[in-house]
Amino acid sequence: MQREYMEFDVVIVGAGPAGLSAACRLKQKAVEAGQELSVCVVEKGSEVGAHILSGAVFEPRALNELFPDWQALGAPLNTPVKRDDIYLLKSDAAATKIPDFAVPKTMHNEGNYIISLGNLCRWLAQQAENLGVEIYPGFAAQQALIDEQGVVRGIVTGDLGVDHEGKPKDGLYTPGMELRAKYTLFAEGCRGHIGKQLIKQYRLDANADAQHYGIGIKELWEIDPARHEQGLVVHTAGWPLNDENPGGSFLYHLENNQVVVGLIVDLSYSNPHLSPFDEFQRYKHHPVIRQYLEGGKRISYGARAICKGGLNSLPKMVFPGGALIGCDAGTLNFAKIKGSHTAMKSGMLAAEAIVEALAVGREGGDELHNYVKAFEDSWLYDELYRSRNFGAAMHKFGAILGGAFNFVDQNLFGGKIPLTLHDNKPDHACLKPAAQSPKIDYPKPDGKLSFDKLSSVFLSNTNHEEDQPCHLQLIDPNIPLARNLPLYDEPAQRYCPAGVYEIVTQESGEKKFQINAQNCVHCKTCDIKDPAQNITWMTPEGTGGPTYPNM
Amino acid sequence: MKVLVAVKRVVDYNVKVRVKADNSGVDLANVKMAMNPFCEIAVEEAVRLKEKGIASEVVVVSVGANAAQEQLRTALALGADRAVLVESNDELGSLAIAKLLKAVVDKEQPQLVITGKQAIDSDNNQTGQMLAALTGFAQGTFASKIEIADGKANVTREIDGGLQTVALKLPAIVTTDLRLNEPRYASLPNIMKAKKKPLDVLTPEALGVSTASTVKTLKVEAPATRQAGIKVKSVAELVEKLKNEAKVI
Ligand SMILES: Cc1cc2nc3c(=O)[nH]c(=O)nc-3n(C[C@H](O)[C@H](O)[C@H](O)COP(=O)(O)OP(=O)(O)OC[C@H]3O[C@@H](n4cnc5c(N)ncnc54)[C@H](O)[C@@H]3O)c2cc1C
Ligand code: SF4
Repeated sequence: MQREYMEFDVVIVGAGPAGLSAACRLKQKAVEAGQELSVCVVEKGSEVGAHILSGAVFEPRALNELFPDWQALGAPLNTPVKRDDIYLLKSDAAATKIPDFAVPKTMHNEGNYIISLGNLCRWLAQQAENLGVEIYPGFAAQQALIDEQGVVRGIVTGDLGVDHEGKPKDGLYTPGMELRAKYTLFAEGCRGHIGKQLIKQYRLDANADAQHYGIGIKELWEIDPARHEQGLVVHTAGWPLNDENPGGSFLYHLENNQVVVGLIVDLSYSNPHLSPFDEFQRYKHHPVIRQYLEGGKRISYGARAICKGGLNSLPKMVFPGGALIGCDAGTLNFAKIKGSHTAMKSGMLAAEAIVEALAVGREGGDELHNYVKAFEDSWLYDELYRSRNFGAAMHKFGAILGGAFNFVDQNLFGGKIPLTLHDNKPDHACLKPAAQSPKIDYPKPDGKLSFDKLSSVFLSNTNHEEDQPCHLQLIDPNIPLARNLPLYDEPAQRYCPAGVYEIVTQESGEKKFQINAQNCVHCKTCDIKDPAQNITWMTPEGTGGPTYPNM
Repeated sequence: MKVLVAVKRVVDYNVKVRVKADNSGVDLANVKMAMNPFCEIAVEEAVRLKEKGIASEVVVVSVGANAAQEQLRTALALGADRAVLVESNDELGSLAIAKLLKAVVDKEQPQLVITGKQAIDSDNNQTGQMLAALTGFAQGTFASKIEIADGKANVTREIDGGLQTVALKLPAIVTTDLRLNEPRYASLPNIMKAKKKPLDVLTPEALGVSTASTVKTLKVEAPATRQAGIKVKSVAELVEKLKNEAKVI
């Protein structure tokens, strides 16, 4: 099919910290080099920030480099971290506070800020527009544009106005366009759906360990001012999770009596009866957490996967015509649970490499080897190198021994312990059969601290045009009932934080696997955790998905 | 024929709004804003009239903060020709807005003005009617169909339990209802082109309109939360509860 097209020097997919930092850097460097450079960013959310969900304790290192005058420019970094409290939760009521000296260095946060990453992205988008970048929210990149030579030449945006059978709707059908570029940067964040295809097509992960993931479920609360302590950072490990089903929690005190609270469940969990959503709900009842939330009001809810494999799992980041940046590649530093500054830095490095390439007359379509080189020479690489063992140690030795290893590695060796731990078992292969796993009896939500799934999803403000092709595609539609149900009690019913997947019994008594795609909050967990790897997350019609405020 | 369309910047319909802790209003911090859906229908109708060769020019106007330029750009991307922003950071009531729109009508001299029947934030359902009174134009509210012929607008109105069709002498004011049309998508090339279309910014002072308000908002409250339902074991228990707890039988 012949599509309309437009040409740019650089097209960037995704307006997160990686994509926006790359866009700003491209324009800054082009001005320095006296070049004209056209940069276009597409974003699937209805506005920049609508699909951004993070913690976030933010390390300003990359931002200092990108906009040394960010303070004068009004960047929304308003709350410096004042104190770090770390607890090991031993049961639903008991906890031990870990003394400062016993905490791995990477978990200290002096000099960092508690921010809303969504708001930082909105601010970055303004800076980018001031520099002349064109940003188009509401337009999803559906696929990469790859020519016969196997060179990425840009992207194709999704069609609008197509009905559930894939037929154009009368008067509404608006075909997607080709956005062609000399270089295309993919900044879709964790488990980008085009990134996933590119990694496969170009075998970018041939020399990397399997990627590892977590699902982060988060809420924003407005709490009683008497319980609020601006700048306080609380992390917990232990209950309600365990070594077989690991994870950890965060609770940060933002400005305006707001706190964010969230639980990250490692997607290598083995018990198919586990429900990350319900773990999170019951976790809020722990006295350590409850002391802040009681009497407060929940404002927003959402979820997003993180990729935490780090350096060992990092694929090759370049291919002919473009590169992966940020969490689309997997630049998160799991020892710090921080991926924003690293995503920004990787975008900046790729941008610098592109300006350099164009300055010496390269015409695009080639591999950005200079990006890889600059990455290896950067503090980003050094940081990821020092943290390479952190996640694998937890997986191999569990929280206590793994924690001890990490303490020794991070505090005594500065992350340079002379061995590398590998963890090559993909998360989707970690489930044990349901019959061999203990059932978990989750308490009923009390409607004050804990809530049910539907009223939670309601607060993500998610929506999708009803009449459109389902964006959650099953390769084999029989697998959920024929295999996943008997073997694992179809875990999608529980790992999806938005209640998208349901097994319903019809009037005839027959069971049906139902997909409520409208509820999807774009966390990507199903694409990662389905034991049969049978679910493919595709971009729905542009603007569809959550409408997060300051998440 | 020139068509003037009034559009409003409101909280996006997907967003669940929250009343501020001090009950002074709805919390708009970090909230996504969008064009009022009924205004979008108004823009679509005007653009269709232009595509049919009936309208010669479509002008969109908004009254509000500078940020309302975003919604005007959206209207331009949907097919309007040019835009006017009457910029004001004050919280303006329906009457002040109608007076400002009257001043714009005087300036632009349109034959047809289309507005949404109401804005989904304040649900006032007044501005179109007030504008009709101020301009002396004929009005057709809650339109589900508009036909222009022989200097007249035949407007089908959605009324309780049925439809009413009225013939309006032009110039006229029409307010849109949900069923009038289904707005198109703004395509990427049209969004790009819209950046270059003319957008004038005026002020109430320049239009010589006083926007002093006659209404003061005292308090905004969220609806009472519904009590959780309970399951009863038997009909007897149900009857007992209806009688003694709910006291309805
Ligand atoms: C619960 C949680 C807590 C976290 N806490 C912290 C923390 O405290 N500190 C920290 O530094 N980091 C934290 N992180 C990690 C951090 O959020 C990520 O590392 C960071 O957001 C990665 O940035 P990115 O730009 O690569 O991707 P993202 O932030 O995911 O942005 C990707 C953007 O691309 C868009 N997009 C995706 N696909 C397409 C497409 N096909 N077409 C168009 N648009 C597309 C998305 O809508 C999104 O806007 C946390 C993450 C989670 C989930
Ligand atoms: S359907 Fe998949 S991507 Fe969407 S919310 Fe559920 S698990 Fe996340």
